[in-house]
Amino acid sequence: MSVETTSGSRGLLQRVDLIFEDGDPRRTGVDLPAPKGVSKLGALERKAPLEIPGLKEPEALRHYVRLSQRNYAIDLGLFPLGSCTMKHNPRLNEKVVRLEGFADLHPLQPTETTQGALELMDQLAHWLLTLTGMAGVALSPKAGAHGEFCGMLAIRAALEARGELDKRRRVLAPVSAHGTNPSTAVAAGFIVDEVGADARGRVDLEAFKKHLGDDVAAVMLTNPNTCGLFEPDVKAIADLVHAAGGYFYCDGANYNAIVGRVRPGDLGVDAMHINLHKTFSTPHGGGGPGAGPVVFSEALARFAPAPKIVKAGDRFDLIEANEPGHVGRMCAFHGQMGMYVRALAYMMSHGADGLRQVAEDAVLNANYLLARLKPHFNAPFGDGPCMHEALFDDSNLRTHGVETIDIAKALLDEGYHPMTTYFPLVVHGAMLVEPTETESKAELDRFADVMIALAKRAKGNDAASFKAQPRLAPMRRLDETRAARQPKLRWKPEAAARAAE
Amino acid sequence: MTTRYTKDHEWVRMEGDVAVVGITPYAAEQLGDVVFVELPDVGKVVKAGADMAVVESAKAASDVYAPIGGSVAAVNEALAGSPQLVNESADGEGWFVKIKPDNPGELDALMDAAAYADYVRGL
Amino acid sequence: MRYLPLSDEDRAAMLAVIGAKSIDDLYVDVPAEARLKGLVDLPLKQGELQVERALRALAEKNIPARRATFFIGAGAYRHHVPASVDHLIQRSEFLTTYTPYQPEIAQGTLQALYEFQTQVAMLTGMEVANASMYDGSTAAAEAALMAARVTKRAKVIFSGGVHPHYVATARTHCAPVGVEVIALDPAIDGEAAVIDALAGDVAAVVVQSPNAFGTVSDLAPIAAAAHAQGALLISTFTEVVSLGLIEPPGAMGADIVAGEGQSIGNALAYGGPYVGLFATREKFIRQMPGRLCGETLDADGKRGFVLTLSTREQHIRREKATSNICTNAGLCTMAFTIHMTLLGAAGLERLARLNHETAIRLADALAGVKGVEVLTERFFNEFAIRTPKAAQAVIDALLAKGVMGGVAYSRLAPGMDDVVLVCATETNTDDDIAHYARVLGEVLG
Repeated sequence: MSVETTSGSRGLLQRVDLIFEDGDPRRTGVDLPAPKGVSKLGALERKAPLEIPGLKEPEALRHYVRLSQRNYAIDLGLFPLGSCTMKHNPRLNEKVVRLEGFADLHPLQPTETTQGALELMDQLAHWLLTLTGMAGVALSPKAGAHGEFCGMLAIRAALEARGELDKRRRVLAPVSAHGTNPSTAVAAGFIVDEVGADARGRVDLEAFKKHLGDDVAAVMLTNPNTCGLFEPDVKAIADLVHAAGGYFYCDGANYNAIVGRVRPGDLGVDAMHINLHKTFSTPHGGGGPGAGPVVFSEALARFAPAPKIVKAGDRFDLIEANEPGHVGRMCAFHGQMGMYVRALAYMMSHGADGLRQVAEDAVLNANYLLARLKPHFNAPFGDGPCMHEALFDDSNLRTHGVETIDIAKALLDEGYHPMTTYFPLVVHGAMLVEPTETESKAELDRFADVMIALAKRAKGNDAASFKAQPRLAPMRRLDETRAARQPKLRWKPEAAARAAE
Repeated sequence: MTTRYTKDHEWVRMEGDVAVVGITPYAAEQLGDVVFVELPDVGKVVKAGADMAVVESAKAASDVYAPIGGSVAAVNEALAGSPQLVNESADGEGWFVKIKPDNPGELDALMDAAAYADYVRGL
Repeated sequence: MRYLPLSDEDRAAMLAVIGAKSIDDLYVDVPAEARLKGLVDLPLKQGELQVERALRALAEKNIPARRATFFIGAGAYRHHVPASVDHLIQRSEFLTTYTPYQPEIAQGTLQALYEFQTQVAMLTGMEVANASMYDGSTAAAEAALMAARVTKRAKVIFSGGVHPHYVATARTHCAPVGVEVIALDPAIDGEAAVIDALAGDVAAVVVQSPNAFGTVSDLAPIAAAAHAQGALLISTFTEVVSLGLIEPPGAMGADIVAGEGQSIGNALAYGGPYVGLFATREKFIRQMPGRLCGETLDADGKRGFVLTLSTREQHIRREKATSNICTNAGLCTMAFTIHMTLLGAAGLERLARLNHETAIRLADALAGVKGVEVLTERFFNEFAIRTPKAAQAVIDALLAKGVMGGVAYSRLAPGMDDVVLVCATETNTDDDIAHYARVLGEVLG
């Protein structure tokens, strides 16, 4: 039932127009002294009028607070997005990153004025290396995919140093790999060769052996994998690829399942990126910014890109120039310092003992949901334990006309953010549930009860009512086909918009 | 003129001396609402089995392969403004390209309508 | 531990439901030799008070910009950010949400992205903008790769005015896929030199305005020359506030604009996170990297926003994606768009003029110091000076007197050992300027 109001607001959910409809280019919410009108730019000054509207401070506050109320958030409820790790974001981290000594620091200040920042980066590197059992680290990559790219470039550099880059072109990746893996391998100049999975959702070791050869540069493997399973043959895979002269890139997206319990260095990994926003709780912020430090084995450590931190006595210094043969600069300056501060605060808060507990509770919570939901949803690899996320599909619901997307949209009305849907691609109608360690048992039970009720409803041939959901979210289902067929990617003044049609 | 089919769900039929190519209604349905079709340049030389176009729905993208080798003689310009033609008339107005074949005999190796229907039933 | 809600009783009860004897049963797939018996060799958990104390101690070992007489720019800029910006981006609904894949419950993020894309398009004078990139340097690198895709050519020429870190970053991203980066020699005022390097096999020329030495250039002749050769013009910038005062690259014929947006809404933060801005022509949108937000309708016919054209992206296109990027600058984008909304065109133009006028006063003051030569003629808020001593030695001597007087160009790239890059913003007072000039005189005297 839809209630229309005169105001366009609906109770606490206030109407909000676009700033281009509300604002005015002559209005500003910032008081600045009047310029004197001196200029050195002459004809280079802006001739095209600037039409960006402004709002006064109270108007701007309302605009964005009203927008915010149309968003779901971890602080509002369970956010079980598989492979995304939506865990609690501690506010201490937000407090310390805003300390003037970190926030008001220019990346090109003389290093004698940034000793604390360099020490913090050095400490973060120490924590990452100790936790992973690896030999070297590059902090600067800006996000997970950027770290992946850096890791593959280190493999490229190592092959080049061996004189084998021209020969070794193939990168093996399982079919279940996240899309970034093949995309990164190609960006790093390699050719992707997909390896099949076995019936247990793991890499098919026999098939893998057949793909090996002296033209293989590396294997890219996510472990725990995208089905939420630990690869039991990971050591064998590492040994085989090493014996074949290649390297082992591990996608560390799911490192949060094993942090403090398993060191990737002990599994034969040569390079692995770590999403600080997943394992180490830096906020996802609606899609970023991320941070993707990469750790390296002895074989690759020396190819890490600048900047590098070196310690001479009590003093930290920064090597900023690229060295030939190493991975080149990944970005301007030194990477995502704001994320380093938050991640270190999180690590220090948990400590060695707490981080181990983080992994254990994440795995326990996922297995608990797996156990409770398995009788009601098909769990393709649900015979054994999962890691930090539990995988289901819609195969037992489709016969009733209800699909994964319908479960997801029904969850919106129940007040939950849905799980990850239709990923991994190897499972048709996948639902990947990652509760994380920061949910209580009571919260998990409430969620499980809702899921079970939805499964029962679906099996009760209630498909039509599912298709009409969500009804209670701020918006009904959005027409994505329309958006893609005639892309409208920006607001235009009505006259211009009409002329364009 | 009979229509032939590939395992990748393209259809092809000779009209005069050019082969008209599209994707099958089955493929269009699997893909869902088509939002964009990327077509090759006219004149491009394609090999049988090589990717020559991309068809996209809001959430998926698939390569379309040339069922026959030759040079691209024409592309369906109407798809730029009306990609929904692929859903509405996959085997008619929703055609993709016309290829001037090097060897029209290549078509004989492809499936006929009955064989393709059997193939789809087996998927 | 304060972030972990499970009690030992909960854990035992849950293991019983699962049918596991202990947590170790859940790690059976891990090879036995790789299961750590004890804890890794790191400190144990600490309370909030202790962690805050430790991090404060590190912060206090730094000298923040506010505590110096501060004139550093060169790719990151110190501006005043209104208090409401940081307040708003810390709202739980913005801070602790994910990429808006469920648009029905993510309209807040999505509408803000749509507004951001529109603001960036307006600011740069381009037709469309994406939902942001990691930072300016990676945005410029992605622009070079995009130009190679569009033109099907494999050579990109960077002017001698492009920030050396941007050139290096582009090289890292372009070389593996066979796109050659050719960097011209550093030049204070040499953006137009790319014209002479143009040829029929060039995908794009990349110029920067204001460039690394502060020079503002007319891009129209460069665009015309590039287009005559079938190449694209990529325009980059590190100081986005300049666009409040100078003609936008889109109005001068740029095909791709890729620059840094940190100045609006975002703190210096020792180099990141920042926000890359990326805009282009409508005809290139399918070749564009990164996330895009678009307008549509919901089932009731109400206007709403969704992520769109995602078939270009890695999670669908895999090895054929336009880029491997899967995040944008999220919260930094939010900070940018909120600050920009507070400014509006009028506020941005005034801010830009204040920056320009402050820099002119600084240039005049430094030009009056014996032995100092101001090298940049047409600058916005930063410029290069030549010093009679090695630039790095001058920087060090200034620091000893509490002045962070700029960056020696030699810190960014070899050569030009006597050039210092100096920047002034609205945060600098007349007293700061007088103090700097006086101290520089002492240091050189």
